[in-house]
Order: sequence, then structure tokens, then C-alpha cells
Amino acid sequence: MEDIEHIEKEMKLIDEKGVRLDGRKYDELRPIRIEAGVLRRADGSAYIEWGGNKVLAAVYGPREAHPRHLQDPARALVQCRYNMAPFSVSDRKRPGPDRRSVEISKVISEAFSSVVFKEQFPRTSVDIFIEVLQADAGTRCAGLTAASVALADAGVPMRDLVASCASGKIGGVVCLDLNNVEDNSGDADCPMAIVHGTGEIVLLQMDGHLSYEEFQKAMDLSINATSQIYELQRDALRRRYSVTLDEILKESPPAPPAPQAPPPEPVEEPEPASDSDFGPEGI
Amino acid sequence: MSEAVVSDLMRAYVYRLAEKGERVDGRALDEPRKITIQRSFVKTAEGSARVKLGNSDVLVGIKMSVGEPYPDTPNTGVLSTSVEMVPLASPTFEAGPPRPEAIELARVVDRGIRESKMVNTEKLCITPKEKVWIMFIDIHVLDYHGNLFDASSYGAVAALAGTTVPAKAQGMGEDFPLPVDHWPVSVTFAKIKDVILVDPSLDEERMANARLTVTTDENGDIRAMQKGLSGSFTYDEVKRIIETAQKVGRAIRPQLQS
Repeated sequence: MEDIEHIEKEMKLIDEKGVRLDGRKYDELRPIRIEAGVLRRADGSAYIEWGGNKVLAAVYGPREAHPRHLQDPARALVQCRYNMAPFSVSDRKRPGPDRRSVEISKVISEAFSSVVFKEQFPRTSVDIFIEVLQADAGTRCAGLTAASVALADAGVPMRDLVASCASGKIGGVVCLDLNNVEDNSGDADCPMAIVHGTGEIVLLQMDGHLSYEEFQKAMDLSINATSQIYELQRDALRRRYSVTLDEILKESPPAPPAPQAPPPEPVEEPEPASDSDFGPEGI
Repeated sequence: MSEAVVSDLMRAYVYRLAEKGERVDGRALDEPRKITIQRSFVKTAEGSARVKLGNSDVLVGIKMSVGEPYPDTPNTGVLSTSVEMVPLASPTFEAGPPRPEAIELARVVDRGIRESKMVNTEKLCITPKEKVWIMFIDIHVLDYHGNLFDASSYGAVAALAGTTVPAKAQGMGEDFPLPVDHWPVSVTFAKIKDVILVDPSLDEERMANARLTVTTDENGDIRAMQKGLSGSFTYDEVKRIIETAQKVGRAIRPQLQS
């Protein structure tokens, strides 16, 4: 960490050719991979690696809402808890919620509130838990993107997946998806989340300094990137749930005609993709 | 779904098998679940390990910082262990301050590491009475499927063994590996009726009436014990448990060391 900060003093965040410290161009995302269904106890779960971010998301519910006085007789509550592990950042973070994580939890809850079909589950709660295991800027976008896949994995009815990404400004240039070094010494950061199918923006935050033109450029970069992220979310769900014709044929080879039909194969739930490897590479 | 509720059917099934010396998942009574260790899972930590014990999944991170020693031990580094039972890991875990279960878990893991003198804390003294290294062991439970005592302990031992002390960043010479002298292994037992089994699964743990954790070192000496739940053990049972803990510990230790 200290080495990077040392280099950063002598080096510009983005050079004359428009190349950033980690070799990316202004409109390039960090590598992202997503895996659906990684936890056993949760009703739905997803794991995401996004650059140096490692984030787990789990969904429980719809289940009885707690505390009970929050229950809504007409619809479900969507409650999110964003939490950082003490070892996820370079200086140990004290366990438990701070003001920042309370705010992030609130805006993520609100982002999902408009896409989940809440009216189908009165008096219940859909609980989303986001655990940041390793942080490298953009954890709320990574968490929200993973939580969206976890909601789908849990089978919670919703209008569409929500994809999230941030853009910011470093060295006077508007850039997509800032990493930790860029975020710490950048001029602005603007995370957003969008419902892919309808283009509704369900999360939008900004801090720093952007002109109106720069803001538009940042949003264009983010919107473009969320289309790529949406495809990665869908791929993760396809990998978890789709069965190819080959797999079906392998499980029940064509048997010679018998007088009795073979007993039906028991239907098994797909094994949670677990173990050390978290699945194939994303982009 | 509540942790306290086990269906009568499952209860009867576990009893019936246990009386024959068998278990639902096919293990022998003295056979722990499969252990998988993924080292250096988190780069922001000075050491880390993700441990799966069966389906229980725990991530342990070590953070090192410089601070003041305790007045009664002015020449030794400080060890601090905490557990977060985050609601992601189980429908029965709730957000909020640590509950007694999490505090007991952290203290039992801490005791095994501290009392075995796994880490040579005297080598973590920088300036006597003023500056020492502080080791923070943070245990993050990710998926709860029974026996968090052993999963957390294996995670903490594996993470500490791979920890680098960041001396350079503090302007105190070269980085060095955390000095590890001993290898404690915790083995937890559950008693269901009068049958004792090792490494209880979620269902077994939920219907156990007593629990005993025994941490032994590489010589087979006992370094920490903790009895839990409202049931009891006879003296003969305790002796048998310690013998099994030594045997199981010997089998598990190489996995933590490699």
C-alpha cells in the first residue's frame, strides 16, 4: 500500500496517452467475475470479485419481518445490511456499523425496493446481507451487483436485475470505475445503479467536483458499463442453473427398449458451486 | 427456521444411528468433516485463511498494528480475538453487538492460541513498556453448519502461520514472518443422549445436550478446554474425549502446518 502511495506522488494518475496506473484506458472496467449460489444456509447468494474487491451477498426471505413494528400489511420490506470485515481495509476497521455503512445500507435497500414485487409478500421482509471481505474502492457497486444476483438466486420475484457501477474524475479526466488509489486522490466519484431493461436509475450518489458536461460524460460511461455488468450477472445465473443437452443425455443414456419404463431420476437441487475456486473468469 | 427446532423425525433418526455408532452423513463417531484451507484469501490483511469444515465456512483475517503493551506484560505483544456472526451466515444470526455465543467462541479460540504459546509474543516487543505489536484475529463466519469452534480455531491458526509482520511500513526494519512456535489443534465433541461424537454437524449440534472443546499441542498436552451447554460428562467420558482429541489433533495438525 505504502509503495503505491509513494509511486503515486511522482506519477500522474493518468498519462498523456490516457493510460491509468493499472494500465486501463479511461472507459475500461476492472476484471469482474460473479458466481451465483455460493452459500448453503442462505436462500440465495452470490460472490463477486471486482478488481481488488471481494464481496459476498446473501438473501434471506421473504420471511417474517423483524422488528415486528416495521411490518407492512400491504407489502414486503426490503432491508439491506452492508458490512465491512475488519481486515478488508489496510487500517483495521472496528467491527460493527459506522455512519458510512448505515448510509450505504439505506441507499441499497431503496435501490432494490422498486424492483422487487413487494406486493406479493405482505408483512414479510426480504433481507439482503452484503459482506465486504476485501475492499478496493467501489464496494457498494460490487455489493449491489452481487446482491442483485443473490436475489435472483433466492427466487425473489423482481422486474429485472440491477447493475451498478461508478465513474469519477482523476487528473482532470473523467474515468470509469476508479480503484482505491484513484479514488483516494481523485477529484470526484459518482456511483450509480440502473434497472437494465427500463433504464431507471435507482441509486445515484456523487462527491467531489464535476461540471455538468463532465457529469454527463461520467453517466454515459457508467450506463455503458452496466450493460456489460448485466451480461456478467446473467452469465453467472446461467452457469448456475442452465443444463445443456449433453448433460441431460449423459445422465440418462438411451436405454434399449425395456418392458418397463426406468424409474424417474430424483430431482436434485444444483450443488452450490463452492470449493476453493470461485468459477470461471468473467471479463 | 429456528436453530432450536429439530424435527422429531430427524431427532429419532440421529439417536437410532448414534446408538449403532453411525451418523447421518456416514462418518464414524470419531471422524471430523473434511477440512479445506484457502490461505492468503484477503490481500488487505497481514495474514488470512478461509476454512471450510464440511459446509461450515469461516474467514479469518489477521491485522497487525503497533500499540502499548499491558502494564503487567511490558515485554510481550498483544493478542486480541473477536468474532462476527454476521446475519449472512445463518437465518438465526442477527445484526447487532456480539451475543454471548460469539463472545464465548472468540474467547475459546483465543485461549487455545494464547495458552499454547503458538506465537512467540516476546519477539513482538519493540520497546519494552512502550511499543509492541498487536495481533488482531478477526473471525468472520460466512456459512454456519455446526461446530464453529473448530472451524474458527483452524482458520486462526492457519492465518497466523501465514502472517507477515509489516515492520517496513512502520519504519522498523524489514518485514518478518510472525514467529510461530507451537501448533494447537482444537477438537470439539457433542454428547447426544449418552453417545459422544466428534465435530458435530448442524443437526447434531442443535440436539446435543453437552459440548466439550479440547485443544492439544504437538506433544499431546492439553492447552485449553471448554465445556458448554446444560448437560454433563462423566469423568470416564472426559478421559475418553481427551484421548480422542489427541488422536484427531495429530491427524489434523499437518493440514494446518502445510
